[in-house]
Amino acid sequence: MDNIAIKAEKLTKRFDDFVAVDAITFDVKQGEIFGFVGANGAGKTTAMRILCGLSKPTSGTAMVAGYDVYKDPEKIKKVIGYMSQKFSLYDDLTVMENITFYAGIYGLSDKDIKKRGQALLDQLGIGHEAKTFVSSLPLGWKQKLAFSVAIIHEPKIVFLDEPTGGVDPVTRRQFWDLIYAAADRGITVFVTTHYMDEAEYCNRVSIMVDGRIDAFDTPSNLKKRFSVNSMNEVFYQLARGAKRKAD
Amino acid sequence: MSAITLDNITKTYNKGSVLAVDKATFEVAEGETFGLIGPDGAGKTSIFRVLTTLLLPDGGNATVAGLDVVKDYQAIRNCIGYMPGRFSLYQDLTVEENLRFFATIFNTSIEENYALIKDIYVQIEPFKKRRAGKLSGGMKQKLALCCALIHKPVVLFLDEPTTGVDAVSRVEFWDMLKRLKSQGISILVSTPYMDEAALCDRIALIEGGKILSIDSPANTVKKYPGKLYAVKSSNMHLLLQDLRNYEGTHSCFTFGDSMHLSFKQEAEDNISKLTAYLTSKGHQQLEINEIDAGIEDYFIRITEKANG
Repeated sequence: MDNIAIKAEKLTKRFDDFVAVDAITFDVKQGEIFGFVGANGAGKTTAMRILCGLSKPTSGTAMVAGYDVYKDPEKIKKVIGYMSQKFSLYDDLTVMENITFYAGIYGLSDKDIKKRGQALLDQLGIGHEAKTFVSSLPLGWKQKLAFSVAIIHEPKIVFLDEPTGGVDPVTRRQFWDLIYAAADRGITVFVTTHYMDEAEYCNRVSIMVDGRIDAFDTPSNLKKRFSVNSMNEVFYQLARGAKRKAD
Repeated sequence: MSAITLDNITKTYNKGSVLAVDKATFEVAEGETFGLIGPDGAGKTSIFRVLTTLLLPDGGNATVAGLDVVKDYQAIRNCIGYMPGRFSLYQDLTVEENLRFFATIFNTSIEENYALIKDIYVQIEPFKKRRAGKLSGGMKQKLALCCALIHKPVVLFLDEPTTGVDAVSRVEFWDMLKRLKSQGISILVSTPYMDEAALCDRIALIEGGKILSIDSPANTVKKYPGKLYAVKSSNMHLLLQDLRNYEGTHSCFTFGDSMHLSFKQEAEDNISKLTAYLTSKGHQQLEINEIDAGIEDYFIRITEKANG
């Protein structure tokens, strides 16, 4: 149990007669980069909300960082980080104010906030922008900053929901450098993406279709199994059979 | 006549302090599918808004269907279709009501131009009584395209129609565009997905408000200077660091399951020297193959100065 960060068994979420998440079973190891891939409406967001303690499953079990999603959602929230594509930082706060705000929410002491905040600015090379409003940062910087802020409390697991959408190709790769660095420190990374080349960077990938997990393995094993050369083709073969298109 | 012309179009914000579009110049031929390819913040949407007469340019001239974007804005609005990046239909009207509304304000009817939207509309017709706000991402996108087409525009503007859309739906969307092109509609489309560039007749690469390259997708990648190699080993994470530290490396970036590498100088013994270096670093199952550059390789190459 020690080295398992997330364990889901037959996890199911129904909205009336609609089965958004249909008995999914998977596990994520501590320190692993886990790709959570699927078509729009496959059920990724619903599953992710359950794992973050924001929504209760209808049936099945899930343990996140050792806590039960039914019993201890509040404890889960404290030991995870979360970053979404749409909203992650306050535009009308400065870089440093955002850092202080998030670190404060996660209960860091003033001393730690100062220390880790400075380390974060140094790592991203944006020390000179500490007093800049986030609204005037380029998107690529914002996303890198948002990620660093999401892990400022050294969570056990960080959930990234399409973190690189629309980001330029160089920054997109720099972003993955940050992901690797976090994973090297032992942080488990749970990431969704529509860029299939990024699925190749994950240790293991699950592909959701119509609420189910239809494939779950390392990228190289998945490519072998489907006899194709890229994750894009794996995804295409699985997802084109999807019946539903809701999101 | 060209469908669209831009001649040194410049657009600034905040009293000139933010340069969003910097002397953009290009032409879209009649019946052409022209792609504007670049990341968020490159200036794509500003160009769309100038061409659709929603913003006045600070400088330069532009025409759409032979009409001037400043003087003839009313005439332009009657003959173009525009699908903005953000979903802009009425969320509390149903699918059918939205479509009828847009047909009516353009003095036409759904029936009159049904042939043009039929292929797309049949896919959302089962949900025609559903409110637009309750539709899935893929269905919203199809409805927005129908509404942009219902008055049979001569030029269609699609601003990031596939952003946030999964890989399968993106392929379907581009198939729809192909069918529209065969009807003679000129299309200006923007995307941050470099792989979609190959589906356009011609593309402009844009970054920081500047147009960096205009050509067919095939010719664009031919402009990549020097040779490009795909490198693989059993430890990809270490491979990236070792390749970046290698003295002969010009640039190295991850591309899916391999690293794309270019050398500072083209030399006969580049590969043998690199192989020796990587072997000395303990890399196993080493594969080094020369490859053709893709749009994303070329984009990274020509923007590398801007990115430091």
